[in-house]
Amino acid sequence: MINFVLLALLLIVAVGIMRLQDLFAVTMLLSIYGLMSATFFVAMDAVDVAFTEASVGAGISTLLLLVVISFTGRAERKTRHKPYVALFVVTVIGMLLLYGTSDMPYFGSSDAPIHNHVAPRYINDSMREIGVPNIVTSVLASYRAFDTFGEVVVIFTAGIAVLGLLSVSSKALSNSQPLNRPRGLYQQHIVIRIVAKILLPFIFLFALYVQFHGDFGPGGGFQAGVIFAAAFILYAMTFGLDAATAVVKPAVIELIAAVGVLLYGSVGIATLLSGGNFFDYDYLLADPIAGQHLGILLIELGVGLTVTCVMVMICFGFSLRRKAHEQKAVMNISERGPK
Amino acid sequence: MILGLANTWVAIVLMMIGLYIVIAQGNLIKKIIGLTLFQTSVFIFYISMGKVAGGSAPILAQGITEYSNPLPHALILTAIVVGISTTALALSLVVRIKETYGSIEEEEIQAQDES
Repeated sequence: MINFVLLALLLIVAVGIMRLQDLFAVTMLLSIYGLMSATFFVAMDAVDVAFTEASVGAGISTLLLLVVISFTGRAERKTRHKPYVALFVVTVIGMLLLYGTSDMPYFGSSDAPIHNHVAPRYINDSMREIGVPNIVTSVLASYRAFDTFGEVVVIFTAGIAVLGLLSVSSKALSNSQPLNRPRGLYQQHIVIRIVAKILLPFIFLFALYVQFHGDFGPGGGFQAGVIFAAAFILYAMTFGLDAATAVVKPAVIELIAAVGVLLYGSVGIATLLSGGNFFDYDYLLADPIAGQHLGILLIELGVGLTVTCVMVMICFGFSLRRKAHEQKAVMNISERGPK
Repeated sequence: MILGLANTWVAIVLMMIGLYIVIAQGNLIKKIIGLTLFQTSVFIFYISMGKVAGGSAPILAQGITEYSNPLPHALILTAIVVGISTTALALSLVVRIKETYGSIEEEEIQAQDES
């Protein structure tokens, strides 16, 4: 029953997102939407997915949208034309899709085709073949490691593309005079600063736990990477971008993002060289199960490194660009000068 | 069981709300948010398919005989993180458009292109 309540709430929030004009309110609603869909995933037994959705949907994506809205302004202009055509198209497609559901298997039925193809093998044999209790980790990191490799490369590529679109020369940042504007969050709110300082070590520790406990419980490289990045971005928000870039230079973060993908790929090459197929960890060590454990540990580490660094890289990209803009605006004012 | 397909129907409605936002609303950030809704509806669809009535989370433990399907979980887990990366890419394009055109409203951008 709880899933119907959650789905109804999701629908209400989605309608709210559609109707509201204030982009700040829409972003907050989207964050609530993310958290509620994570709750729905828990109700559907998908604990790993819920973990990821909670940290991505309610955490990182909200932060990114807020940074972008601070660039572009929060008010949405009302469109003049009436959206009848759009309504028509959406209704027709929706009706066709609803018609298509008529021969779908019912929710929860165990004889649905999806449960009778490869899933039984994963559930029955993964303990013997991989030796890891969390089946999602076995599927993600071993049976379908090749897919996951592709996805990590996509994430890395997206990070590179954001960098290419948004990077500002470090010269432009350092040459301008220091800002003389009212400072942000990190200088005004002492309570937030102290609470963040107390929480940060625990968040980092939790991320490490999620990273290395992913074989046994919900967790793994993707979730840990996002949590680690969220903690680092929290640090950057509360103590300022300068403090964050002093801890780790952006160039180092870019390097580690590449090292993560490289580590993942090299495990595949290592399995090839020791006589197996690409990502067939059985051949890594003499004992196949130990080989599987080592392979999963290494590629989850690669995933964690890449995801963390790409997320931090994206956030730094947006924030540095915004800083350069503000400095440019200050310079323009001071160049015109008081007449 | 009349509600046997309710999860799928809700996923379709959410998907259509997302599609409507992408088509009808002129603000580029709102369009990206619409795409996010669209994406999440697919996640909800997949995860609902993976559920087995009476099953448990797919982490092997003693005393549990029935597990939900782990395959959609593994697929969607990675899709979420890929989704946020591509959303970030779209948002950075929006930032560049704002810098060049001074606006993120579709109509104003088109008006500038035509003039």
